[in-house]
Amino acid sequence: MDQASHKTKRADVCPSKKLDLATVKAQIEQTSGPEYWRSLEELAGTPEFQEMLHREFPKGASEWVDSVSRRGFLQLMSASLALAGMTGCTKLPLEPIVPYVKQPEEIIPGRPLWFATATTLSGYASPVLVESHLGRPTKMEGNDRHPASLGGTDIFVQAAILGMYDPDRSQTITRRGDVDSWAEFVKEIRGPLAVQQGLGGAGIRILTQTISSPTLADQLRAFLKSYPQAKWHVYEPVNRDNVLEGAKLAFGQPVETQYRLEHADVIVALDADFLYAGFPGNARYIRDFAKQRNPDAPMSRFYSIESTPTSTGAKADHRLPMRAVEIEPFARALASALGVAAGGAATGESEKYLKAISAELQKSKGASVILAGDHQSPAVHALAHAMNRALGNVGKTVVYTDPVDARPVNQTESLRELVADMRAGRVDLLVIMGGNPVYDAPADLGFGEVLKNSGISLRIHHGLYQNETAEYCHWHVNDTHSLEAWSDARAYDGTVSIVQPLIDPLYAGRSAHVLVSALSGVSDATGYDLVRTYWQKQHAGADFEAFWRKSLHDGWVEGTTFRAKAVSANPSLPPATVAADDKTVEVNFRRDPSVYDGQFANNGWLQELPKPMTKLTWDNAVLVGPKLAARAGLKSEDMVTLELGGRKIAAPVWIQAGHPDNSVTVCVGYGRTRAGRAGTGAGFDVYPLRTTSALWFSTGGKLSKTGDIYKLASTQGYQTMDTPDGATRPLVREATLEKYRKEPKFAQEEQPPKELTLYPGYDYARQDYAWGMTIDMNSCVGCNNCIVACQSENNIAVVGKEQVGRGRHMHWLRVDAYYQGDRDNPKAYFQPVPCMQCENAPCELVCPVGATLHSSEGLNDMVYNRCVGTRYCSNNCPYKVRRFNFLLFQDWETPQYKMMRNPDVTVRSRGVMEKCTYCIQRISERRIDAERADEKINDDGSLQTACQQSCPAGAILFGNINDPNSRVSKLKAQDRNYGLLADLNTRPRTTYLAQIRNPNPELEG
Amino acid sequence: MKTTPIYGMMAEFDSASDLVAAARRTHEAGYKKIDAYSPFPVEELAEAIGFHSNRVALVTLIGAAIGGLSGYLMQYWIATISYPINVGGRPYHSWPSFIVVTFEMTILFGGISAVFGMLALNGLPMPYHPVFNVARFAMATKDRFFLIVFSTDPKYDTTGTRQFLESLGPRSIAEVPS
Amino acid sequence: MADHREEVAVGNLRAPVIEPGYTFGSVTDKISSIVLTRPTSNGWFVGFGIAFLVTMMLLFSLAYLFAKGVGIWGINIPVGWGFAIVNFVWWIGIGHAGTLISAILLLLRQSWRNSINRFAEAMTLFAVACAGIFPLVHTGRPWLAYWLFPYPNTMSYWPQFRSPLLWDVFAVSTYFTISLLFWFIGLIPDLATLRDRSENHWAKIIYGTLAMGWRGSARHWHRYESAYLLLAGLATPLVLSVHTVVSFDFAIAIVPGWHTTIFPPYFVAGAIYSGFAMVLMLAIPIRKIYGLEDFITDRHLQNSAKVMLSTGWIVAYGYGIEAFMGWYSGNRYDGFTLWNRLHGPYAFLYYLLLFCNIFAPQVLWIRKLRTSPIGLFCVSLVILVGMWLERFVIVVMSLHRDFLTSSWGMYYPTRWDWMTYVGTIGMFLAAMFLFVRILPMISIFEMRTLLPEAEVKPE
Repeated sequence: MDQASHKTKRADVCPSKKLDLATVKAQIEQTSGPEYWRSLEELAGTPEFQEMLHREFPKGASEWVDSVSRRGFLQLMSASLALAGMTGCTKLPLEPIVPYVKQPEEIIPGRPLWFATATTLSGYASPVLVESHLGRPTKMEGNDRHPASLGGTDIFVQAAILGMYDPDRSQTITRRGDVDSWAEFVKEIRGPLAVQQGLGGAGIRILTQTISSPTLADQLRAFLKSYPQAKWHVYEPVNRDNVLEGAKLAFGQPVETQYRLEHADVIVALDADFLYAGFPGNARYIRDFAKQRNPDAPMSRFYSIESTPTSTGAKADHRLPMRAVEIEPFARALASALGVAAGGAATGESEKYLKAISAELQKSKGASVILAGDHQSPAVHALAHAMNRALGNVGKTVVYTDPVDARPVNQTESLRELVADMRAGRVDLLVIMGGNPVYDAPADLGFGEVLKNSGISLRIHHGLYQNETAEYCHWHVNDTHSLEAWSDARAYDGTVSIVQPLIDPLYAGRSAHVLVSALSGVSDATGYDLVRTYWQKQHAGADFEAFWRKSLHDGWVEGTTFRAKAVSANPSLPPATVAADDKTVEVNFRRDPSVYDGQFANNGWLQELPKPMTKLTWDNAVLVGPKLAARAGLKSEDMVTLELGGRKIAAPVWIQAGHPDNSVTVCVGYGRTRAGRAGTGAGFDVYPLRTTSALWFSTGGKLSKTGDIYKLASTQGYQTMDTPDGATRPLVREATLEKYRKEPKFAQEEQPPKELTLYPGYDYARQDYAWGMTIDMNSCVGCNNCIVACQSENNIAVVGKEQVGRGRHMHWLRVDAYYQGDRDNPKAYFQPVPCMQCENAPCELVCPVGATLHSSEGLNDMVYNRCVGTRYCSNNCPYKVRRFNFLLFQDWETPQYKMMRNPDVTVRSRGVMEKCTYCIQRISERRIDAERADEKINDDGSLQTACQQSCPAGAILFGNINDPNSRVSKLKAQDRNYGLLADLNTRPRTTYLAQIRNPNPELEG
Repeated sequence: MKTTPIYGMMAEFDSASDLVAAARRTHEAGYKKIDAYSPFPVEELAEAIGFHSNRVALVTLIGAAIGGLSGYLMQYWIATISYPINVGGRPYHSWPSFIVVTFEMTILFGGISAVFGMLALNGLPMPYHPVFNVARFAMATKDRFFLIVFSTDPKYDTTGTRQFLESLGPRSIAEVPS
Repeated sequence: MADHREEVAVGNLRAPVIEPGYTFGSVTDKISSIVLTRPTSNGWFVGFGIAFLVTMMLLFSLAYLFAKGVGIWGINIPVGWGFAIVNFVWWIGIGHAGTLISAILLLLRQSWRNSINRFAEAMTLFAVACAGIFPLVHTGRPWLAYWLFPYPNTMSYWPQFRSPLLWDVFAVSTYFTISLLFWFIGLIPDLATLRDRSENHWAKIIYGTLAMGWRGSARHWHRYESAYLLLAGLATPLVLSVHTVVSFDFAIAIVPGWHTTIFPPYFVAGAIYSGFAMVLMLAIPIRKIYGLEDFITDRHLQNSAKVMLSTGWIVAYGYGIEAFMGWYSGNRYDGFTLWNRLHGPYAFLYYLLLFCNIFAPQVLWIRKLRTSPIGLFCVSLVILVGMWLERFVIVVMSLHRDFLTSSWGMYYPTRWDWMTYVGTIGMFLAAMFLFVRILPMISIFEMRTLLPEAEVKPE
């Protein structure tokens, strides 16, 4: 949206009586001490104040560079912070929490402590270790001892740090928008609850998100016991209803399906995006998948049939783009081919694949796996179960367990029921715990307007943000972030992790546990007591202390992992539905790769994280395949109205190579109206198009060009290695398995020998260490994890959409995505590009002040304080991995960010060049330790760069290349090893292992 | 009455040729401490008044040499002794890269010593000089040519010198008070 | 300088360098009167006023730049250099004509230079001053620019002498200093003239101070002449080196389109090309306004035109070689750079450049046009535009698409880019206005040497 329209928009909302920061300051300055706060609270409610906020923080991310509005925000933010008591911010919780074993137990300034805990996404826990500097959590890492992580994480885990320090989080309890207190709240609910006692709680409804916390589930069940008539509803926009229904179809009961990809030689994904954040267990699956892709060992073969291009499909040996509606028929045909009575046969293009795939599967019974995507119909899931059974995969590559979800119900139906009750006026007390149904509930339910108009006498919202839903509730209780409060949660394999707080709640929030216990009449319980007492009940043995301590310390509770479950299949499959019409456009709804369902909309790191395939930031778009675009005369950035079932939205188009024809994809989670400085107004809200009947996809869509243009900010303007002059640059080097076996050194063309120089080289051999890195493009699945990990580790600034559009994003490590070949079904490649640490660094030669120099260990160091900012080094860097602070990108004022930053890394200011230095702060820390212990840094993985550590695939390997036995040296000795643009004789220390595909000969050519 | 000390006797001519001729005859007549003034450089004048060598070239050469040497040595010292560090894998003593600055320093020092050497040897700046006491001397920067015999010349005597100068057929003659 | 007179004799057969009938007196009066007696015209005030306002715009845009950072410009990654460096190279190039005319033509005994060298040198100084602004302010932290000089410091940290940018610092500052000295000692005798001519008391004092008591003594003239010649001898390699060094900024880098050995000669030629264009653009209106057609004659216009024609061809050769090497090297990156110039998003500018620098100037083959002030003025303007485009093509079109296709980008100048650029033009003109008003724009004493009566007849 163009700036002008904002202005006018903002102009109308401005009431005659304007309030600006000056007057706010003035008002605040008049007062002092405690009443200082009261005056701010009074202020906070007034419409002028709201209007001023609106004026001070226009939508759009220019926010991040516009220091005026940021400073403006700070003046209020720092105020409300002190309200929470700045002193409290970095205080450790009172209860004893246990440091991770590898680190000293008492805090030594400058030495971080590590704590094992977990974060959750849609109920599923990601076990993590959190780095804490003097009580301030600064970095998330996967718990390398936890089977569900093995050290890997996903982007949402990495970004949780920023989420916790988000200054836009709700900071107080409010009643009808005015600041209020917990005591008031408890008093307020007592009456209505008493009334409900009499009615058996007939008027009470509790709406939660997916919950896997045993403690919370236990509390809620207890609550329901005391109010038998009350109802507990569950809803999330990105839910797993289809998985549940599919399981019911297949086994008559809800089960969790786990895959053992490390045993799978043939993988068939039916629209399953299992290698990207959001798919339960993705961190572990990526690790296992990568293990099977080693070309020097028996290599797995991966077929992906998908309805929209995903990073998962990009890794497939054979990728078959297919409209979502056609996948069920395909699945039926495949099932029949595998001897499952399902009916239906594939036709045309897909038939070829079908034959090949079924043949392949038949060959590798028990060593294959078929995965169905969460958004595919229950039937597809049932078919997948049937096929896996028919192939004898159950118990080998597929394992069934109890569901992780503590309340496995069909969430869409659950919400429908709730809305019906609300309409019928059967609800008197509604508690919405987490989530944002006003924004993300299916449009046909009209949740928002029911909530607003229905006469529910007491509506309570509990959440991290004063979001769209909070607006329509009487009370808002500010939630605690998962790094702030005690809780517990299950990982995808059922293992329970105790969630330990790393820091006292920044804004005195109340956790769900505390809220529920307050509803049950106990208002002074602490999360610690609640969680601990629950586990005390669970733990039979006498040695509870030891058990508790061990659980906290390891990061999981012994013996809670689900055991495989024997399930009896019911043979009856639902009859084939009528063939979907292939005339009209199919509309796919997907979780967004960056902001998920919208809950991360205000997370700058995720907003600026280039989406794996499109490389778009700060926006969602209507993804259209080349064919359809050509027919509809659409170019990227054209605005279109997308119509489905009589509902309309307007959004820009992005042409996505490899998208199935006659089908479009839109990602949910954008167009928030009350997200915060980063999220509000970014992108386009597609929920208005999403109905219970078409939660994930539906045909019957209409595309019409509006004629407007909307600028999208992509970090990679040109997404192929073919240059317009007809040449192709060998940036990503790839071969099929056969070719690789025939000529293993295929990747090593244009690698000049080291002798090719007039100058005597620098003698790195006499140093203890020479740091180097290899990136295995065969393992890399483009999950973007390394980018966020790097951003968090190295205090990398967020610059905002406008600056990204100008080509000024700051990521030290980027993942280039290239498309090659047929645009309707191209091969796609991911190439993570950190600094190459060239031994003959072109950047160093041209720096007039010597601000970038070479260390004796071969690092291309950047001396920020010395840099005067000529940008010559960036011009002369063939890899363009240097990033420049064109403006004051770093937020130097917001106190939360000061606490968030890694104290070991300089915070760069305006006019300075910055770049990757292989996490030199980690190298130094390890070197100091090693020297103290009078030893050399060994190759035991105790020294890892942030990107390497976070990589679930283990694609990035860093180490000492002076040590011929180090893993990195061995990899560099491999035939697949090559240097990017090595023909320039830059002699990069970062090298790549060429990609190998394992295509099915029958399908080649 | 006190007589102001006399700086010299000055004769005014109309053309460069007359001046050169006059200067030559004066010099031949044995006057050694003489000088001539012209509104533009007249090559013959210098040797006409018996002034041959000047040392500007030497000064310039010395200056240039100092500049060049210090330029190169500075870079050598910085790059290899004071702050040796690995830059892009190049040797500390990357002499080809040092040539440019060496050259520029040579020119800079050479040029500066040429100009200031010339001014110094000419005794400039000199705000006051007796010849300016002669009103007509203002024409020396337009279209008049002057010849002066300094009173410090052993042959100088007020009447004799005036007679001699008159014999040269000048436009005017004036005594220059110092 | 006897040879000058010979030159004049020969010259008289062609168009004269100075119209007959002048005496020492009349030459002196005519030139000095512009400064001393001639009333300042309203035109001068209007022109200076406008130029001054534009200069203020420059200061404003620079103030905003310091407040906000270079992000206000259109630069980005990959195009780290934009207008700032384009303008820097353009101005430096223009700044070549002055010293070239004073030094090289002096050594070549081209006496016709005498009437144009003075303001050509002034023009050089102002152009170099404009150029000097850009490398300073284009850095991210301009207040630290002094770090580019080797001075002892507590960090015992020194500049990095392998960087062409550092060579620039030395080359440009040396060039500016030498040009200034050259210009100033050339002025000394004329300042003495003004000292003795001016009626106004203050003018007398100021000119007198600057003249440093010059009195035209034969000894002084003798040393003066040798110093002047030596300086010319030093300035000649210098003027050739400056743009060579500037071209190293590109040639030393590995960016395709920059990394080529043809740059030094073709940058120098281009510099002279644009320099003479600027000289003509100034000389033509000035000689008209101040009625100096007798001193700056058609001969001067002709010669300048011929210089432009020849340097223009050297530049054309440069383009040719670039294109040829792009194809002949077989290097995929150079090859693509060539393709990108011909077909890329900025191709239009490349064709415009070829028109301005190669095709348009060929009209100079026509003698009639070489002597028509209007015609020459227009051609010069076209050439100046063309030379600016050349630098844009080199800087931006090479950077925006280099090695990794994933990092390709575009560069769009912002209004701040334009304000800074136009601002320096204003500053340049403002300085020129002041110069013609307060200093003799033609070297009086050197003009005197061109008069027949300056000859010393043998007895």
